[in-house]
Amino acid sequence: MAKSLKQRLAILSDAAKYDASCASSGTQRRDSSASGGLGSTEGMGICHAYAPDGRCISLLKILLTNFCIYDCVYCVNRSSSNVERARFTADEVVWLTLEFYRRNYIEGLFLSSGIIRSSDYTMEQLVRVARDLRTLHNFRGYIHLKTIPEAAPQLIEEAGLYADRLSINIELPTDQGIEQFAPQKHPARIRRSMSDLSLKIEAAKEPTLKTKRRQRFAPGGQSTQMIVGVDGATDATILGSSVDLYSRFRLRRVYYSAFSPIPDASSALPLSRPPLMREHRLYQADWLYRFYGFDVAEITSVRADGNLELDIDPKLAWALANRDRFPVDVNRAEKEMLLRVPGLGTISVPSILSARRHKRLRLDDLERLRVSVCKVRPFIMAEGWSPLRLTDRTDLRELFASKPQQLSLFG
Amino acid sequence: MIRLGLRGRGDLAEWRDAARALLRAGVGPGDVEWQVRYDGADLFGLADDPLPPPDPAVPAPTVPAAFLTLADAVICHRDPARFALLYRLLWRVQGERALLSIPSDPDVARAETLEKAIRRDAHKMKAFVRFKEMGLPRDGRRRFAAWFEPDNFIVGRTSGFFQRRFTDMDWIIATPKGSAAWDGRELTLSDQPSAKPDLIDATDDLWRTYFTHIFNPARLKVQAMQSQMPKKYWKNLPEADLIPDLIAGAEDRMREMIDREATQPKPFHHRIRERE
Repeated sequence: MAKSLKQRLAILSDAAKYDASCASSGTQRRDSSASGGLGSTEGMGICHAYAPDGRCISLLKILLTNFCIYDCVYCVNRSSSNVERARFTADEVVWLTLEFYRRNYIEGLFLSSGIIRSSDYTMEQLVRVARDLRTLHNFRGYIHLKTIPEAAPQLIEEAGLYADRLSINIELPTDQGIEQFAPQKHPARIRRSMSDLSLKIEAAKEPTLKTKRRQRFAPGGQSTQMIVGVDGATDATILGSSVDLYSRFRLRRVYYSAFSPIPDASSALPLSRPPLMREHRLYQADWLYRFYGFDVAEITSVRADGNLELDIDPKLAWALANRDRFPVDVNRAEKEMLLRVPGLGTISVPSILSARRHKRLRLDDLERLRVSVCKVRPFIMAEGWSPLRLTDRTDLRELFASKPQQLSLFG
Repeated sequence: MIRLGLRGRGDLAEWRDAARALLRAGVGPGDVEWQVRYDGADLFGLADDPLPPPDPAVPAPTVPAAFLTLADAVICHRDPARFALLYRLLWRVQGERALLSIPSDPDVARAETLEKAIRRDAHKMKAFVRFKEMGLPRDGRRRFAAWFEPDNFIVGRTSGFFQRRFTDMDWIIATPKGSAAWDGRELTLSDQPSAKPDLIDATDDLWRTYFTHIFNPARLKVQAMQSQMPKKYWKNLPEADLIPDLIAGAEDRMREMIDREATQPKPFHHRIRERE
């Protein structure tokens, strides 16, 4: 019996939820006031709901179909899985996107698909949805399209014209991992596609010589996802792989997805599952690399085994391993060093820099800057405050370590 | 002591006119008592004092642009002390020109706290307003209505976002703190409390289906959800009443996935693999 739209929506959102990205920020600013159409992107992403897994729901994240000719071991939609299959027509996805958007449930669409027939056929279907939204329906909301690495260049070109963001998942941090767990995918080809996207994205940022106008190609950049805990890669390997992707292909984001139980899992998957906290620590480390001036090696060398601490965050772990760098004087220290203080961040540091031009800061000044004084106190000096020398304290780790309650989730 | 009552429903001009007159008359922050004047009746039976005439000895006041941006947000806050706080800042900034760049100053810190609350409230409004369709299109335009309950008087400052986004449809956003409506030509604002529209939209059912199935029961993080989507918003979100059952059933669903034996692939899998 034919499945209703609602039944297929259920199947194809179940199939899409293992893609972590739901970002709708960082694209060009635009709205519908001149066109009289529908939709806007005004810089900041908006999460229209949160599921009880704590994840932001910003986009209608669905698969066009979960039929797939690939057999990636970790994937819920692999060809050998017995999950229920379904597919949408391009028109149905267009309709759902617009109706959801009008009710302000979403910022736009994140469309992906299992590979059916061929890479070009699949990519063509994805592009058609984006093209219809933009050209037939005057839709100016956010569109993220999954890119099929093997698809023809003109299809990628068109995808970039309509989409805000394109993404290709690297899936696993090492080439051996990809070969072992995603036998139909080819790491070299994935990287070549990322490189092609990166060149097109950079080129589109420059006005062309002839028309002086910028071409449009994925103004929200490209992102990727790595699954954590399927192969044996350490956090150092994972983060090293991210740095490589960030620097070579100028990715906007690398998403980490702690592999979690899926319906009808393959027996080839490892039995032990990574704690969700590991994924969280990887995101924190990724942040330290991108916004806090840390080298990945500084963060991952704290432990001999190349993994991050689970019970304390990587910045604190680095501070405790480098106690001789503290205390930091909030009234004199350079911005770079302030950013390395556990408890200070990219919002409080500029406030400190601004305020200290006018007065010498005390702990109660920091409190008014919404800094958690009890967290930073052991690491800083301020007017009227100097801490015990860190090297003399043995209880610091216990002071900050959180109860690792997340570990029990997978029992 | 000069006693002044303002309606205080997010209108900066109302406060600015009074503040400018006080400043030009040289009235210090300690000599003004600001009150919220409620519509209809004066709650305390007090009449406003007349604004004093300008003092020719007081130079014409000037303010940095950053002050107006800050005041424009702070005035929307429901805190009854906002008028006095802004006047104190206005008074001080006449002499202390760098005041606003000292975020550790107690007055500046307080104003920034209020501003932050307004930004968050407006952001949540953009996120959690839910439009429901009102019957059939009229003159070729579809019509929608939403009910939202903001903490502060933010409908006016947030309405432009909805106008720029939902341009091709008619809509009204009704709240206890005012309303905004768009008909394709004009944005109509009111600061009067609105009545809650009673509407049912069948598409909510599809959205609820999506919400249920995009949730991964193997990654329950209730605290993370609730800090971003506090319960006070739930009553106006069509998906929120699904949450308790999704949480309650998550553990069992995850167990089932873990305990389940691997199955045998269907024939189509073998056919595809044979082609390789």
